[in-house]
Amino acid sequence: MPTIIYSQPDGTSTEVEVADGGNVMRAAVNEGIAGIVGECGGQAMCATCHVYVDPQDAASLSPVEDDEDEMLDCTTAERTEFSRLGCQVKLGGPVQRLRVSIPSDQV
Amino acid sequence: MGEHILIIGGGQSAVQLADSLRSEGFAGKLTLISQDTELPYQRPPLSKDFMAEGAAPELLPLRAESFYEQQDIDLIRATRVEMVDPRARIVHLHDGRQLGYDKLVFATGARNRPLPCPGGDLEGVHGLRDAADAHALHAALPGARRVVVIGAGFIGLEFAAAARARGIEVTVLEFAPRPMGRAVSAPLSGWFTKAHLAAGIQLRLEEGVAEIAEHSGGLQVLSSTGNSYLADLVVYGVGVLPNAELAEAAGVPVDNGITVDEQLRTGLEGIYALGDCANFPSVHCGSSIRLESVQNATDQARTLARILTGQPQPYRMLPWFWSTQGSIRLQIAGLAAPGDEPVVLGDLSSGRFSIALLREGVLVAVESVNRPADHIAARKLLSGGQRITADRLEGITSLKELSAPMAPVA
Ligand SMILES: Cc1cc2nc3c(=O)[nH]c(=O)nc-3n(C[C@H](O)[C@H](O)[C@H](O)COP(=O)(O)OP(=O)(O)OC[C@H]3O[C@@H](n4cnc5c(N)ncnc54)[C@H](O)[C@@H]3O)c2cc1C
Ligand code: FES
Repeated sequence: MPTIIYSQPDGTSTEVEVADGGNVMRAAVNEGIAGIVGECGGQAMCATCHVYVDPQDAASLSPVEDDEDEMLDCTTAERTEFSRLGCQVKLGGPVQRLRVSIPSDQV
Repeated sequence: MGEHILIIGGGQSAVQLADSLRSEGFAGKLTLISQDTELPYQRPPLSKDFMAEGAAPELLPLRAESFYEQQDIDLIRATRVEMVDPRARIVHLHDGRQLGYDKLVFATGARNRPLPCPGGDLEGVHGLRDAADAHALHAALPGARRVVVIGAGFIGLEFAAAARARGIEVTVLEFAPRPMGRAVSAPLSGWFTKAHLAAGIQLRLEEGVAEIAEHSGGLQVLSSTGNSYLADLVVYGVGVLPNAELAEAAGVPVDNGITVDEQLRTGLEGIYALGDCANFPSVHCGSSIRLESVQNATDQARTLARILTGQPQPYRMLPWFWSTQGSIRLQIAGLAAPGDEPVVLGDLSSGRFSIALLREGVLVAVESVNRPADHIAARKLLSGGQRITADRLEGITSLKELSAPMAPVA
């Protein structure tokens, strides 16, 4: 099963297994990972599922689409080149193991 | 012993309030009572992704089950509060239990307004508000060739678009002359009408439902204009009613929902209300209003958490909303009112544009279609308290052009 490793700002991390096709937001909400809110239910409408993907994993992910790109401009924590909306990042296929860091603030 | 805050409800506002109370440092006893059997879940996906083809979808929880335990929140599920005794400060549960409280919060939400026509309760006629509704619809869709949707509001149109995407023949009956008429501007309604017609949805305006009857194994919908439509399935979305009866019976003043002031206090000491069930005075429309949105539920919850932890403040956050109808993404910032003057930014025919709404020459709301950047800019501009006047919108095609920092006005 694909695996996501969530790292918190305080350095702790949690490993979560997800079904093929699962996304970073839903898996976090299901598992109670602090710092990922997912207020719009995964519609790329709220930007409360902002994560920083590990630079080494970034290239294997599906590219950022226009909607996601525009919403990433309104994240609470600073946007970097590794910023993604968790709800738009799917696991499965070439993405079997993904490391993401959770920003200090979402709202 | 610390204070005991008891929240009635297990929806978006109740869960956010419990979460925010803990993050604001509330260390007393915290109880949530929800009549739902499910772990509190998000409603917006129910009329969208949930209706897509495929295996039975899973609910998206608002928080993981472990959250409630970790935060020491007592979540009591599958039983309803039957009665509140504000003098004794006790609530009576359906299962016979009685619980005392120091402060009480109504987060009871709203329910579907029933369809007021003959046959409105026949089998095969569905509302869409909760998990049970959504599961029933998802299970019925694979067998449906034709559906009739009654009411062209957000939920009706979201469902219609989802059903159409599955190849189902969809007819939408709307009594009013334009879709989403209470919530969006006339040019936006017009644009949506064309878009849904182009997607193959039969959107019938100024045509309400008169009667639903059984008809050779399916249903027949008779319209107010005398037309008849056959359907395997009927879905209605004709507005909601606030769940205010429990409060009313306890002597809490109600008027189209539970009446609260700017600090979300009801007319009774120590009792508060928020979310879909609360009618509050809004600085954004200059009158009392009940809003049904995730933003309103969660921002009111964050505000109330501060109020309840000794940081009194009025609730004045900017309303915003979204709806996805098929591939169309609508986002609204601010509150529009009838009579506001619409100014189109961009090109309606491109399918990516915004409509700015001006009241007495000042920007009050922005509706954006497939233009998230405009929406974000609008939220920043409108919540920043700046007065954007009509002249500043002249010649621009995107609100982003306005959000650049400006020289201070002397
Ligand atoms: C299908 C659908 C799609 C939506 N899509 C969007 C969208 O795209 N964007 C958006 O912004 N908003 C959307 N909304 C609106 C949004 O979901 C609501 O505004 C929000 O859920 C309101 O939260 P609430 O806590 O006030 O009420 P609710 O979520 O309705 O929660 C109220 C809770 O109280 C419980 N309750 C009531 N009475 C009692 C009692 N006596 N005892 C115990 N429990 C009780 C109920 O069972 C329920 O769990 C949608 C709503 C629906 C139904
Ligand atoms: S859950 Fe709202 S943007 Fe991802």
